[in-house]
Amino acid sequence: MKHNFGSFVKKESLHILRDKRTMLIVMCIPIVLMTLFGFAISTEVNNINVAVVAPERTDGVEESVERLAANEYFTFCGYISQDEIDAKLRSGEVSAVVVFKSDYDRRGALAAQGIETTPLIQLIVDASNVNTASSATAYLQTILLGTASEQSMFETRMMFNPEMKSAYNFVPGIMGLIFILVCAMMTSVSIVREKEMGTMEVLLVSPVRPVKIIFAKMIPYFAISCIVLIMILLLARFLLDVPMTGGVWGIFSVSLIYLMLSLSLGLLVSTIAETQMAALLISAMVMMMPILMLSGLLFPIENLPKFFQWVSHIVPARWYIDAVRKMMIQGLPIAAIWKDVAILGGMTVAILGVSLKKFNDKLE
Amino acid sequence: MNSEIVISVRELTKRFGDFTAVDRISFDVHRGEIFGFLGANGAGKTTAMRMLCGLSYPTAGSGSVAGFDVMREGEKIKRHIGYMSQRFSLYNDLTVWENMRLFAGIYGLNRRETEERASALLKRLNFEAERDTLVGSLPLGWKQKLSFAIATIHRPEVVFLDEPTGGVDPVTRRQFWELIYEAASEGTTIFVTTHYMDEAEYCSRVSIMVDGEVRALDTPARLKQQFAAESMDEVFRTLARGAQRGE
Repeated sequence: MKHNFGSFVKKESLHILRDKRTMLIVMCIPIVLMTLFGFAISTEVNNINVAVVAPERTDGVEESVERLAANEYFTFCGYISQDEIDAKLRSGEVSAVVVFKSDYDRRGALAAQGIETTPLIQLIVDASNVNTASSATAYLQTILLGTASEQSMFETRMMFNPEMKSAYNFVPGIMGLIFILVCAMMTSVSIVREKEMGTMEVLLVSPVRPVKIIFAKMIPYFAISCIVLIMILLLARFLLDVPMTGGVWGIFSVSLIYLMLSLSLGLLVSTIAETQMAALLISAMVMMMPILMLSGLLFPIENLPKFFQWVSHIVPARWYIDAVRKMMIQGLPIAAIWKDVAILGGMTVAILGVSLKKFNDKLE
Repeated sequence: MNSEIVISVRELTKRFGDFTAVDRISFDVHRGEIFGFLGANGAGKTTAMRMLCGLSYPTAGSGSVAGFDVMREGEKIKRHIGYMSQRFSLYNDLTVWENMRLFAGIYGLNRRETEERASALLKRLNFEAERDTLVGSLPLGWKQKLSFAIATIHRPEVVFLDEPTGGVDPVTRRQFWELIYEAASEGTTIFVTTHYMDEAEYCSRVSIMVDGEVRALDTPARLKQQFAAESMDEVFRTLARGAQRGE
């Protein structure tokens, strides 16, 4: 009976290779997501239009404005009068206005000696986008502070991601998402398709052990996922310049565990779903939503309400994303994330066990 | 007809909770026989067939298929039978040859045996030109014939056919039955369920199930005599009229 396993793997690979459209989607999704999150979607504050109101254009004011214009995050849109502020902000022409008080230079000097205490600069910011507004305010303060008083009280160092690039943060999240998509969704659909088509019945009457059918299905998807994994890592390293100081092999190993976990999830879904449509819906709703919302991909887990923080513990992607972030960006070795690895491993064993049991029970 | 018994069933019963799907059925099927297994929908045919194929354990009674016990040796039975379901069940996105190779592999044929068997089957079906055609693009009648050929690729002792000719035109059905006759004459036992009463006439012997029990079992000629009927259709309707269970 040793021939039959090989025949099965061959058959599954042919199914996948023949379905060119699905193949294309699977290969394109990672590239699209990586570029989208890496470049287009970002929480970084870029190209903010700033206008300046200044009663007198003294040296101090000019110097500040020069610094502002030189900064890559801001685009200086010229001087405007006090009356124009409201209109400019409303029309969206500018997102922030810097208003220098009159007699700026002299009062600035007094402030430096600690004599003057009233504010010298007013920041008026369009806060319709909260994220942009708060980052812009912070940046503006830092830039302008340098001129108001000669030195700052704080010395800040941004560890691991000094340029605060959001791509670093998204790459692990995208990985957590894509593997569920490729492994869980595709495996479950392919198993359910055989149920729907009636071919599963014929396979079950054959002497092939059901477990073999399942593993033969998993192998090609596992292989595809490995290719996708390599693609993502290459894109991350060379397109998005993610450091990966923790070592690629560590990231690869943890990802392999996560792949197994996703495949097991797919098997579990296939034991529940009776139609391909149901399998798709379950994969999309039950698995994608928690990954998007509760894994730290979009929102930091610490910001979630207590209840959801607690729920996030059972979302496998949370642990995977956490582990990959630590290795990719903080450069920790795999030994330092043993907790994440242990939890992922445990989840894999548990899900695989339950789904194999459910699969066998279904047969009777 | 050979007198060697290939399928033997005694008081075979399957209950799901309070519902008795198959109620103490007993019969023997001989080698090379074409055994028609008839019954209205819901009469328990499929459940009985699943037990004989090693897919479901009987609640009570005993039976053997190809010399193996249905209670204890389901896995061994699977190796010695072929199965063709009422739904078309080859892979549409694989070619004729790939489908043959897959099922040959599943039943443990080695490369040389696979090559020999598959070539012989293609020749018999006059399918040599379609060897590398995707099964999905074949007409339904051809697919059914191919399904049957593949169900016998490992030379099983018994082939179970579950409504094999559903939705097939009369000419192709006729050709399909020629294949069945040919296999039977080579000593393969055929166990077939059908809703077409003209097909029942082709069988060596026919059993008719009603409400989970076998109500009649004999050659078509003797059944017609027994029920004083013109055709198997009349025999069937006479028996099915007394059914308690609906669809």
